[in-house]
Amino acid sequence: MKALILVGGYGTRLRPLTLSVPKPLVEFCNKPILLHQVEALVKAGVDHVVLAVSYMSELLEREMRVQEQRLGIRISLSHEKEPLGTAGPLALARELLNVDNEPFFVLNSDVICDFPFKELLQFHHSHGKEGTIVVTRVEEPSKYGVVVFETESGRIHRFVEKPQVFVSNKINAGMYIFNPSMLSRIQLRPTSIEKEIFPVMAEEGHLYAMELQGFWMDIGQPKDFLTGMCMYLQSLRQHTPERLHTGPGFLGNVLVDPTAEIGKNCTIGPNVTIGAGVVVEDGVRIKRCTVLKGARVRSHSWLESCIVGWSSSVGQWVRMENVTVLGEDVIVNDELYLNGANVLPHKSINESVPEPRIIM
Amino acid sequence: MRKQSPNSCSSVQAGVAAVTYHSSSVKMLKAVILIGGPQKGTRFRPLSFEVPKPLFPVAGVPMLQHHIEACAKVPNMKEILLIGFYQPNEELTRFLFNAQQEFKISIRYLQEYAALGTGGGIYHFRDQIVSGSPEAFFVLNADVCSAFPLREMLSFQKEHGGPNSFVILGTTVLHYVEKPSTFVSDIINCGIYLFNPDIFQHIGTVFQKNQQDMLLEEPTNGWHRAEAIRLEQDIFTAMAGQGKLYVYKTLSFWSQIKSAGSAIYASRLYLNQYHTTHPERLASNKEGGPNISGNVYIHPTANIDPTAMLGPNVSIGTGVSIGAGVRVRESIILHGANLQDHCCVLNSIVGWDSTVGKWARVEGTPSDPNPNDPYAKIDSETLFRDGKLTPSITILGCNVTIPSEVIILNSIVLPHKDLNRSFKNQIIL
Repeated sequence: MKALILVGGYGTRLRPLTLSVPKPLVEFCNKPILLHQVEALVKAGVDHVVLAVSYMSELLEREMRVQEQRLGIRISLSHEKEPLGTAGPLALARELLNVDNEPFFVLNSDVICDFPFKELLQFHHSHGKEGTIVVTRVEEPSKYGVVVFETESGRIHRFVEKPQVFVSNKINAGMYIFNPSMLSRIQLRPTSIEKEIFPVMAEEGHLYAMELQGFWMDIGQPKDFLTGMCMYLQSLRQHTPERLHTGPGFLGNVLVDPTAEIGKNCTIGPNVTIGAGVVVEDGVRIKRCTVLKGARVRSHSWLESCIVGWSSSVGQWVRMENVTVLGEDVIVNDELYLNGANVLPHKSINESVPEPRIIM
Repeated sequence: MRKQSPNSCSSVQAGVAAVTYHSSSVKMLKAVILIGGPQKGTRFRPLSFEVPKPLFPVAGVPMLQHHIEACAKVPNMKEILLIGFYQPNEELTRFLFNAQQEFKISIRYLQEYAALGTGGGIYHFRDQIVSGSPEAFFVLNADVCSAFPLREMLSFQKEHGGPNSFVILGTTVLHYVEKPSTFVSDIINCGIYLFNPDIFQHIGTVFQKNQQDMLLEEPTNGWHRAEAIRLEQDIFTAMAGQGKLYVYKTLSFWSQIKSAGSAIYASRLYLNQYHTTHPERLASNKEGGPNISGNVYIHPTANIDPTAMLGPNVSIGTGVSIGAGVRVRESIILHGANLQDHCCVLNSIVGWDSTVGKWARVEGTPSDPNPNDPYAKIDSETLFRDGKLTPSITILGCNVTIPSEVIILNSIVLPHKDLNRSFKNQIIL
């Protein structure tokens, strides 16, 4: 089976992290975002993953060669020279997707959940129509485009953008499965799959919805990246609690790479991810943070709701909070206070940032 | 002649009886320290709620003790008089008692019946000052911090002005960037003077003129009384050009201590002076002791974890408890305060018996006086700008509790508050 992942462009919403690393390779809970999806696809029987990218990255290509070997699958990059929207990339990759008569998966690369690809495939077969989209429930449907469908069969009636009266609280979760015949609906030009293709398919009775169980998050920006991390760690707690770190000084759901070092008298958690080779010195307090590979947090610092970039160094008695994001190789000097700072890579910070701002 | 209202002054005498002076062959000196009163300490709130401002600790000892010590070191200094309008209180009495014991000198508090100004106060108590016939006497404002070059002022008087002259201590403004368009002088008055008893004639002249003027005017509010005389505006201005008033210009340190924020600045100056005057008061790095950086005063009764890091410019009061991994810089920690593990206190004053929780951050913005503006005042008008508190040092009043892991930034917390969250740029009533 095949899958197309809509990777897209520069991942500007996840800057400053994506200034150093292509978004699919940014580690989410100690694993590149893309691998969460690819591994779940492989488990569902996918043996060829096509990445629809709008810019070429050597780093990404090289990493995909490694993953091809590791997972024993084929990974292709389909490069769009001009923006093609959310449907155009399917037309561009038509040759790769339309080689047999099997259905193929399509997904947005920013989505994190307990990927239900097996169930999706099963459900898709069960109704026998052209496409199935995964939907997820939201609290405030008026802020989204919602999907109206028959609860019993899953057959989609229509899509309503930002409904003012309640019609549904299910939204498109950015994961689909289609029969190859669907490709004939798409031209090689900028097209929105949500606005131009799905309504027609629904009209013709060819589009079904499957409701997602469990959490779902678009982790395309730092604030949601952290929220998604909390959800993912909670999901680990339910399914594979042995992967979480426990012991004195650890609170709630904490994921620690085995190569990380944690000092004495620290309190870590809840909701913390500590990457490979990270050093957390003595007396550090961390909650609701991701600390990426090779970073160091020095003694007695206090971090909440932060992403600490690769190989960055946070000094002693530093306080960082409110979605402070350090890019790669940032140095935060001792005793500073960073409140909602967005720090670009390779920067050395010498003074506090008391109000949220970007540090060029 | 001197008029004294029936309910007027009470002179509080702590401990030692007034000394009678015998010989006039030995030159005799006195010193007067003007300590003001409770209405004058408002810019020192909320700290002046708990202790009279002159007794607030700067570099580990009461502000006033630096003055007294400097006076006591002057040869032939026989008596120190404090003049102010604080009601007699236990702290002041105890302080005077201890200071007399320590410096072996008579120290008395003379209470004004009202705020009489810098000139009015000494004029009112002139009998007390001239009793025993001092050759000369110093007048020091309590709210300055200085190296107090009093002996140098005496020598200067001998060499330049002669026995009948008056000397004002002056200092040059540092880093004078912008000069006034019409240059007058870059020397400012330090509020430290050397007088001889003749000064009372000059004050008396102004006093009588005031009385005459008032007879011609309708009675006004209480402040406007003939006895209220300011040395700087009413006396010195009138004396200028008579060849009696001299300025001794010092290069040693000097600063005003008006606001609470300037206490941290003044502490820095005094701590630095301790290298020559009191090296025993400066903490050093010792095996099993905390990490010390720069000038730090630690009271012997304080209990400090060896993993804490203190300094520069930190003063730790009696019975203070400092936990593991605590960081304190540019701050004054008053007695009985408790700083819990990993907390960080920067540019702040932590009030008596206050508690700062684990990993909490108490931080202010340094408010060193602008060297270009020697008379810069932090008053209620400039406390706020654009509806926001002007960033200043953070002050925790007495018995304030800061919970774990919060930040208190550029804020003033009034006494006896239990905070439950972070605060920034606020006054917390």
